[in-house]
Amino acid sequence: MTHLPYIAASYGLALVLSLTLAFNAAWRLKTARTRLATLERGSLRPVQPATRPETAPHSTDTHTS
Amino acid sequence: MSASPTLVARTGSFFHRYANPGRFLKLGARLQPWLTWPAITLTLLGLGWGLFFSPADWQQGDSVRIMYVHVPAAILASVGYAGLAVCAVLSLVWRHPLADLAAVEIGPVGACITALCLATGSLWGKPMWGTWWVWDARLTSVLVLFFLYLGHITLIRAFDDPQRGYRAAAILALAGAVDLPIIKFSVQWWNTLHQPDSITLTGAPTMSSSMLWPLGLSTLGISLGFAALVLARTRAAVMESRIQALLSSPRRNQGNAA
Repeated sequence: MTHLPYIAASYGLALVLSLTLAFNAAWRLKTARTRLATLERGSLRPVQPATRPETAPHSTDTHTS
Repeated sequence: MSASPTLVARTGSFFHRYANPGRFLKLGARLQPWLTWPAITLTLLGLGWGLFFSPADWQQGDSVRIMYVHVPAAILASVGYAGLAVCAVLSLVWRHPLADLAAVEIGPVGACITALCLATGSLWGKPMWGTWWVWDARLTSVLVLFFLYLGHITLIRAFDDPQRGYRAAAILALAGAVDLPIIKFSVQWWNTLHQPDSITLTGAPTMSSSMLWPLGLSTLGISLGFAALVLARTRAAVMESRIQALLSSPRRNQGNAA
């Protein structure tokens, strides 16, 4: 095959470029899908305070002792 | 005289039907495999045929096999920019939110394919013309297209307020579309080292069918691949903007504050 280095470089460049773009797109889609699913699961739950104050009295606590 | 505003409104409502992120994501997810798998199959078939089974050119020898990468890249560089111009019209006239997101995603893919076109052109030019580069009308106008893509990518991300970036980049995309007919007709308007088009819409191709078939397959495959990449990136962008909206929603912040 004549001019092999030029042909190999052209096809190699096309391969590297398309694989880079494809992996980047697939990675972005996967990350976004996972993150969105986690957030939407979280936003469907009723909003509750993240932490309860340690010192506040617990009205529903039962003291048996 | 009321026909034209009605037409604009109707066209706007047609495009806005797909402005709903949920509807777009559903349609995009359904369309994605129909673009991706034919793209991979046709590209491998076209490039494999072109590389191993198509005949060498009687003048250019085997270097003509670079054509199966270079020509689809050249076509898509222009088509991609035309896509940017369409997104610009949709954004400026109808303020279509997905058009802005699509424009953000077309830019890098278009710049990559234009860079591939320029690089493979150089790799083809060196053995045939004896030089990597000449300031020929076709080559120069494609280089200008590459810079337009780079300018668009930079401009669309240059502002703190994304809406200003979208607007500025849309104006650049529309102004830059002037370069597309210059690229197309440069080989007719000027005496160029680059050869004239072998395939035209009006005349018979000046190429053997044993080369035309693999070229057609690789062009179709790479075009579908371009569309698949842009769709996947736009779907990711829509999801990322939804994530941003959820993270900055008052209800969530209220919950975190409490």
